[in-house]
Amino acid sequence: MESTHKYYNCNNDNLPLELTRDEESALKGEQGETMQMAYRILVATGEATDAEKLIPIEWAHLSGVNYNTIGDAGEEFLSTISKDARVKVKTTLNPMGFDIDNVSNYKLDENFISKQLSIRNSYETMGVIPSFSCIPYEIFDIPQTGTQVAFAESNAAIHANSYDNLKTNKESAFSALASAIIGKSPYSSLRKEDTPNITIQMKVKNPNELTYGMLGFYAGKIGDTSVNISGLAKMDQRQCKAMCGGMGTSGTCAKFNFGEGDPNTEKIDFDEKEMQNVHDELNTAEKGDLITLGSPQLGLNEISDLTAKLKGRSFQKRCMVFLPRTVKQQAQKIGYITELERAGCEILADCCTCLTPLICKDDVDAVTTNSIKGAFYLKNSNGVGVNLKSLQEIVEDETR
Amino acid sequence: MSKILVSGKVEGVVLKSNDPINFLGTVDKKTAIISDKKHTLFEKSIKNSILVFPSGIGSSVGAYTIYSIKSNNTAPLAMICKKADLTVATGCALANIPLITINDKEFESIKTGMKLFLDTDTTTLIHYQ
Repeated sequence: MESTHKYYNCNNDNLPLELTRDEESALKGEQGETMQMAYRILVATGEATDAEKLIPIEWAHLSGVNYNTIGDAGEEFLSTISKDARVKVKTTLNPMGFDIDNVSNYKLDENFISKQLSIRNSYETMGVIPSFSCIPYEIFDIPQTGTQVAFAESNAAIHANSYDNLKTNKESAFSALASAIIGKSPYSSLRKEDTPNITIQMKVKNPNELTYGMLGFYAGKIGDTSVNISGLAKMDQRQCKAMCGGMGTSGTCAKFNFGEGDPNTEKIDFDEKEMQNVHDELNTAEKGDLITLGSPQLGLNEISDLTAKLKGRSFQKRCMVFLPRTVKQQAQKIGYITELERAGCEILADCCTCLTPLICKDDVDAVTTNSIKGAFYLKNSNGVGVNLKSLQEIVEDETR
Repeated sequence: MSKILVSGKVEGVVLKSNDPINFLGTVDKKTAIISDKKHTLFEKSIKNSILVFPSGIGSSVGAYTIYSIKSNNTAPLAMICKKADLTVATGCALANIPLITINDKEFESIKTGMKLFLDTDTTTLIHYQ
């Protein structure tokens, strides 16, 4: 079978994807099978998203790490390509399924643990930084304004585009991996200047992080690639992350533009009624058997704030707290972890609420969380009930 | 709109579905048999066919299913869609299975059992036999 990519598309109104001589040679297999496969992925992705060329990127962030989501096929694939694939740019990694330090406290079988460790090993062999975090924007230095990156994790892509002045598409696990190996990405939609045709006007008063999560979820359903958002007050880090997490969950949209946008854009209100609709969709239980905090994972500021809120108080039921390992190490030095454990928190590094194998509907009927992203996956993937509460309400209702 | 997503040259017999295909969960990773009772291709294997369907749907992890059936020698010879979706595009790219999109009119004209020669080096792409 020959595999020569043509410089044109037939009967196609869109501009075709143009490759340089060097890229063409790699696609033909002249630079090895792994490079050929990586180029096939970028070309197929580029054609599907109407890119006209490939452009250099400086940072890739990969999804497709949790054995719970990629399964045996993913594990085998990564094991095979890690024999000779190496990443060319700084590459970071999404959470995996558990924290190796306390995995024995949870009901995970040997097969899950060994397959997950094989996945971890494959990524490390390829030269990926084993960050196991969905908040790369919070634990790594942000490159200069306008830098092209390739982030597969949806909340991270939205955060990068909206708050960090970086440029990325909402990459798939595969296009991000191929981008890491080649050091380039297709130049499509969000990497270019975009002008959203919809403006969502925030009308809900006194919003907390749950409100912003629901706003993001609503915006993600309405927007195509990006939306304007107006009427926002100054937001803290928790609220920004909640909004990005919510949006990444409900659709394909991957950027907020702040402000009214062009006068001709369609204006849509996010009011109490719309918020109630989102709440009704995701809140399916009156109360939870346990609490989860972190989806996206908590950063150091949030851990510091949580520690302060829990001063002199203790949870009356299990509370799982998800965070990156680097944040856990910093929090340990400052003494936050001891304090959180005293208050009854289970501290879990390297993993996240989202698609966790540690919560199983055989043991748990419902979970209380302040995360819209977490709620969506707990409901649809873990199959448990969800009780939505803001962090403030969780501390008031669930601790003494 | 015609596009070449994964190039190649292959000859085979069409298996067509007017339903979209969710590769994760409805296509068996070993046998490539469709297990969804509601699907028009229920209990049929997509092995060695030129698989013609509107588009893929569902989780992007479905790309690994396409890679798996290729590793198990049960993959289609090529895929032809109406719309390019990222799951099928990356799955075919991983597995090196030729993939093109075609316009609605040509899609309608292709029927199960037709013999085709697909060649992405030629401007016509599909040669009917």
